[in-house]
Amino acid sequence: MLKFVAGRLLQGILVLLAIYAVTFFLVAATPGSPFSSERAIRPEILAQIEAFYGYDKPVFERFMTSLGNALSGEFGPSAVYANRSVTDIIAESFPVSLKLGALSLLLAMALGIPAGIIAAVKRNTWLDYVPMSAAMVGICLPTFVMGPMLALVFGIILKLLPVAGWFGPEFWILPAATLGLVYAAYFARLTRGGMLEMLNQDWVRTARAKGVKETTIIWRHCLKGGLMPAVTFLGPALAGIISGSFVVETIFQVPGLGQWFVRGALNRDDFLILGLTVLFATLIVIMNLLVDIVQVALNPRLKYE
Amino acid sequence: MSNISQTATLQGKPQPDPAGPAVAAMLEELEEGSSLWKDAWARLRKNKLALTSLFLFILIVLFCVVGPFLSPYDSQAQDLFVGAEGPSAAHWFGTDTLGRDLLVRVMEGGRISLLVGLVATTVSLMIGVIFGAVAGYMGGRVDAAMMRFVDLLYALPFTIFVILLMVAFGRSLWLMFVAIGCVEWLTMARIVRSGVIGLKKQEFVEAAVSLGYSHTRIILRHLIPNVLGPVIVISTLTVPAVMLLEAFLSFLGLGVQPPFASWGVLINEGQQNMEIFPWLLIFPAFFFALTLFCLNFLGDGLRDALDPKSAKD
Repeated sequence: MLKFVAGRLLQGILVLLAIYAVTFFLVAATPGSPFSSERAIRPEILAQIEAFYGYDKPVFERFMTSLGNALSGEFGPSAVYANRSVTDIIAESFPVSLKLGALSLLLAMALGIPAGIIAAVKRNTWLDYVPMSAAMVGICLPTFVMGPMLALVFGIILKLLPVAGWFGPEFWILPAATLGLVYAAYFARLTRGGMLEMLNQDWVRTARAKGVKETTIIWRHCLKGGLMPAVTFLGPALAGIISGSFVVETIFQVPGLGQWFVRGALNRDDFLILGLTVLFATLIVIMNLLVDIVQVALNPRLKYE
Repeated sequence: MSNISQTATLQGKPQPDPAGPAVAAMLEELEEGSSLWKDAWARLRKNKLALTSLFLFILIVLFCVVGPFLSPYDSQAQDLFVGAEGPSAAHWFGTDTLGRDLLVRVMEGGRISLLVGLVATTVSLMIGVIFGAVAGYMGGRVDAAMMRFVDLLYALPFTIFVILLMVAFGRSLWLMFVAIGCVEWLTMARIVRSGVIGLKKQEFVEAAVSLGYSHTRIILRHLIPNVLGPVIVISTLTVPAVMLLEAFLSFLGLGVQPPFASWGVLINEGQQNMEIFPWLLIFPAFFFALTLFCLNFLGDGLRDALDPKSAKD
């Protein structure tokens, strides 16, 4: 087990280094510069700005410096928002995004997994059809359609919930629901599929023949295996929730990292883009690592594949 | 039964049959033979949901492609005296804040969204099929290395990379299509690879090798045509995925730029004004969601039709 975890950890670190390099050179190769503006800047001043941000040095040297800084947790100053460092921005906005992401993921699992289990157990009844049709709708409706629709219905027509800002629990509901519902749909479908596969196994038939209670069969014999597809999906779900947060934070004006990333991309804020990409990638790599470990814990045979 | 049919096929023509029309029909079927495609079509025809989706999707395509020619309005023509007005007899879908006819804007936006689906899917199809076929055919270390690469890409935060690509490539429409196609080929590669691995041990491939055909010819002429079924299914499901990605980028202001507008752009414009002019959001969102529904149901239906072994979910 230890060897397995160490191997995956090493692989994760390599992936992160690769992502850092690709992002850095992609951004560096982009035509234009973060300092170009509509106002003409005198060349001496531009040179000074570039020197301040290290843009006067060759690309490779810049890469080594920035990698060294990043390893010590310092992503440099924001190139567009003067006097703010990327680390400051992250420290300020990350808690907001973390709360939004965690709420959505919890909502997705709390809704999706029980719905999937019930649908599988009560196969081909309305308890199966209704939630699964709802799940199909959830999967087809993208966040940027679902978000405005929810805002329109609950915020503007029914006037139940605020549609913009981040000042207290009632402000969390619409953004978290928008992000979470799509993934609840995926979790429901995956859990249903996994549970159905388990329920069709020969040993379930044997257990039934021996007179084991149906609840015991579901909880003790099938749940562990049936949840595997949902566990595997946690990694992609996190990646999806991060990119979904770009949209949701824009719609509901949530002051989180997603908004900063979009602004960084629109303004060509090199340091901000790089810092946030690395942060997102780290989160996803950690999540995938955890998923791998949980999977092996649930099914030790996987270790040898 | 088997006797009758054997004699019938041997003689080439079914004899007038005393056993009744049922057997005659069966014999006719035997005469004609049945291909994978015919079976698939027969199965698809029974799937009402998929057929309805196909029909609706064709209607949407016609609506977007032909519609603008029939409309008296120009999608760019502004009428600032009119401004945003709700649906009326003159403007069925209403007008936007610049007084442009929303109906024709939804139709032309649909053209761009559907074009993204087509072009990006073609790109992803080409990369995925070739990558997967080569990996599966070569096998061994090459295969292991190539698939490890795919695994690594799966772990990457892809949307972030598309955004970076958009920043790097500027905002050209075609480059955007290609960039989207470049990130959506992984599933295709995996499916094609596993199909090819199953096929390459079969006799007809051995025969092709012993005839001295080149690797390229074997891959292109003998292996790829045999994995077309799953490839078509995955392609159908890739179309909504790439359309979604395009709309996502456009919604954030990173995708299609004015004067062009895709459904993503229209949804974004609608979202900004939804408190006062909700129809600006509702019409494009409806068409976009409907298209995604149709394509997803059609893809599911095709999966059941072309690959009946794969369990539904």
